[in-house]
Amino acid sequence: MRFTTPTELADKSATLASTDRKIKKRVLVCSGTGCAALGAFEVFDALVEAADGAKLDLQIELAPCADHAEPLYATKTGCQGFCQVGPLVHIQPDDILYTKVTPKKAREIVEQTLQQGKVIDKLLYKNPETGERIAERSKIPFYQNQTTIALEGCGRVAAESLDAYLAAGGFAPLAKALTLTPEAIIGEVVESGLRGRGGGGFATGRKWRSCVAAEGDERFVICNGDEGDPGAFMDCCIMEGDPYRVLEGMIICALAVGAKRGFIYVRNEYPRAVSRLQAAIDACRAAGLLGDNILGSDLDFDIRISRGGGAFVCGESSALMRSIEGNVGEPRAKYVRSVAKGLYDKPTVLNNVETFACVPAIIRERGKWFRQLGTEGSAGTKAFCLVGKVVNTGLIEVPMGTPLRDVVFGVGGGIINDRPFKAVQTGGPSGGCLSEEHLDLPVDFDALTAAGSMMGSGGMIVMDDHTCMVDVARYFLKFLLEESCGKCVPCREGIFQLHAMLDAFAKGEGKTGDLAKLERLAEDVQVGALCGLGKSAPNPVLSTLRNFRDEYEAHIERKKCPAGVCQAITTFLIDAEKCTGCMLCIKACPTEAITGQKKKLHAINQELCTKCGACRLVCKDDAVVTT
Amino acid sequence: MTQILIDNRKFNAEEGETILEVARRNQIDIPTLCHHEALEAVGACRLCTVEITGEDWNGSTKLVSACLYPVEEGLIVQTRSEGVLRLRQTVLDLLMARCPESTVIRDLATQHGQVTEYQQFTDGSKCIMCYLCVRACAKLGCHAISAVNRGTLKEVAPPFHEHAESCVGCGTCATICPTGHIEMVDTAETRTIWKREFEFVTCKVCGEPLITKAYRDYALENRRLPNDYYTVCSACKKSELSGHFARLSL
Repeated sequence: MRFTTPTELADKSATLASTDRKIKKRVLVCSGTGCAALGAFEVFDALVEAADGAKLDLQIELAPCADHAEPLYATKTGCQGFCQVGPLVHIQPDDILYTKVTPKKAREIVEQTLQQGKVIDKLLYKNPETGERIAERSKIPFYQNQTTIALEGCGRVAAESLDAYLAAGGFAPLAKALTLTPEAIIGEVVESGLRGRGGGGFATGRKWRSCVAAEGDERFVICNGDEGDPGAFMDCCIMEGDPYRVLEGMIICALAVGAKRGFIYVRNEYPRAVSRLQAAIDACRAAGLLGDNILGSDLDFDIRISRGGGAFVCGESSALMRSIEGNVGEPRAKYVRSVAKGLYDKPTVLNNVETFACVPAIIRERGKWFRQLGTEGSAGTKAFCLVGKVVNTGLIEVPMGTPLRDVVFGVGGGIINDRPFKAVQTGGPSGGCLSEEHLDLPVDFDALTAAGSMMGSGGMIVMDDHTCMVDVARYFLKFLLEESCGKCVPCREGIFQLHAMLDAFAKGEGKTGDLAKLERLAEDVQVGALCGLGKSAPNPVLSTLRNFRDEYEAHIERKKCPAGVCQAITTFLIDAEKCTGCMLCIKACPTEAITGQKKKLHAINQELCTKCGACRLVCKDDAVVTT
Repeated sequence: MTQILIDNRKFNAEEGETILEVARRNQIDIPTLCHHEALEAVGACRLCTVEITGEDWNGSTKLVSACLYPVEEGLIVQTRSEGVLRLRQTVLDLLMARCPESTVIRDLATQHGQVTEYQQFTDGSKCIMCYLCVRACAKLGCHAISAVNRGTLKEVAPPFHEHAESCVGCGTCATICPTGHIEMVDTAETRTIWKREFEFVTCKVCGEPLITKAYRDYALENRRLPNDYYTVCSACKKSELSGHFARLSL
């Protein structure tokens, strides 16, 4: 159906919402990337099949039904966040969360929960500290401390259905925005204090306003979905899980700045995001939410998807624009900002996926509401991808200003195997590593920058004491070395040399004085590179140097890796006093380098040892030591 | 008209001009490698980095590339501040490590006093990725070569490293290359460049190579020139003309 007035849209939404309210039990199967990889689609199919077999009236689309009907409804949603224990099945209205669901267990869910109304205890999340099973999702610590705005619909509604988005109140903010003047819309966004979620942290409202002020006969709106940071998948989840919200944010932006054409730049490595966004665009066009005279108004706006070829540098706004134009994706100096001279040299607003996803809620609830959340300089919430040596890996959203400790130990559940916390890397490869002393830091744009890291797009990699910071810096520099576009000398050659020096340190080939050389070059790349990515490329080196200098010194002066990671300068040994002779390490060793008998001291044959660290990982007595 | 300060001297500048343009017009030396007045600036070599500030900047300064930064009223530029010299040196040190065999780079580095030695590349390449060849080729309308790959693997090449199909053998790329990296071999009859061999048109007076046939055809097709434009070389044209004038004055 094509909506020609906001009233028609409101009527349809009301009808869908009333249908939605009749649903007796709603089965939400997470089909985010993590759960999908673990077999969530098979789980969904098994569920539907089992319901069919049991002659249950299980619907997979919101369809009108008789007044007294109490239909069951199952759908695939976007990422529900708790990737660590997927595939997830969330059952509403009881708020039951089933974890690690398999197709076989899906049949049990139909039988016991849907038919008999029973909760299956063994599928519930088990609190690792207390051992207690938690039935309600909202009582699981992982979810307890979260506030969702950008991820509001992700994991809660059918990812592919416009009807589901409408039933949840979607596009009502657009209808509201159509009653406002462009300046009033921008005013709301300015008042909200929303800052760009892609890394730069530039004030979104101000950006929109400068675009309006810039001279040009045409304006563009671009959504940056070229998320390329290792360990970050927020934007991927939003595009896959709630594509309509992103589109709505862009349409509202187009209305505010007077753009007729928009682009979503998505990396081609996100095929599901591309296909779901395309389906959403098609559905919006058919419904009169994109195209000419949107909802019968004067607004003409259409969106096209531009697929990226996987270059990290194309996440940089000016390189991204060159890429959309069909040129080589290389950044340019932004002495004239892209809001004034962007795509095809026309005024352009470029915001990140998460930024656009925040816009509908800001228009709906007003800017003031958004500003109340978060901190003085960083309003609202922020989505993060919690990965690394943390118990609860997953996608989270917390209010800005939440202490790092609450994120890592509260939502994240602490460090795997209760090992000591060592560092958390924020902001992707261009970000920095924060140490234990920063744990009480409020997570917001300014605090992270002041501590020598950055918010970036929201990747958060947690590290324990078995992580070598020189190796971490080396890893990120390797990534940047391969991803530098190669246009300017400091970035292309500088990163190569920084990486070569770190490589030498890891091999025990560092010399006294190298640290000063490393630091000087890192600083020069920081000031001398052409674009933002080049300027921030030395951050992994500079932040680890600042917080873990002694580790660098150990590598250079003593030729030792304190964390026991850099293989060339590490020897694995078994501590005779701690070894209980449990034989776990013998089983774990891939090269059969460990010998010993039950309850007798084990020994590592250094000739065979490849220093992979598998023994240390399995030892429960901390008996495997490194020197 | 705006006024800016470069190294404590006042200069007038037109709106839209870059710092480099104003400096060069007034004989202030700012070294460059990737700049050419006929081509659009790219800011790749970073050698022209200068330090800027403004009266209301509260003492904060910024390093920017002079070839790209458009002047604004009251801009204060330092071309030889401590930060500028340090970065310039680092850029040259890095390029020295990249192409130690390039005399241009070696001379520049020596001139600026090379200080830090980095791990040297040994592939013998002299390319510093200044994009001059790529930009010149594009400006001539051929687009036969472009920058391919990323990071230190970045290089100038024809599409897919195959022979450059739209190349007309004009040789501009090799002429404009500051380090002599682009190989071009001319004989009396042919020119070899980018894995392609081009036949020369020879001057009908002296018989010297004049222009490649492909370039002649391309130029005649794309520019308004008489059909016999490329038959006599410029030296012979000159002597023909001077002879003509000499006869006239008799």
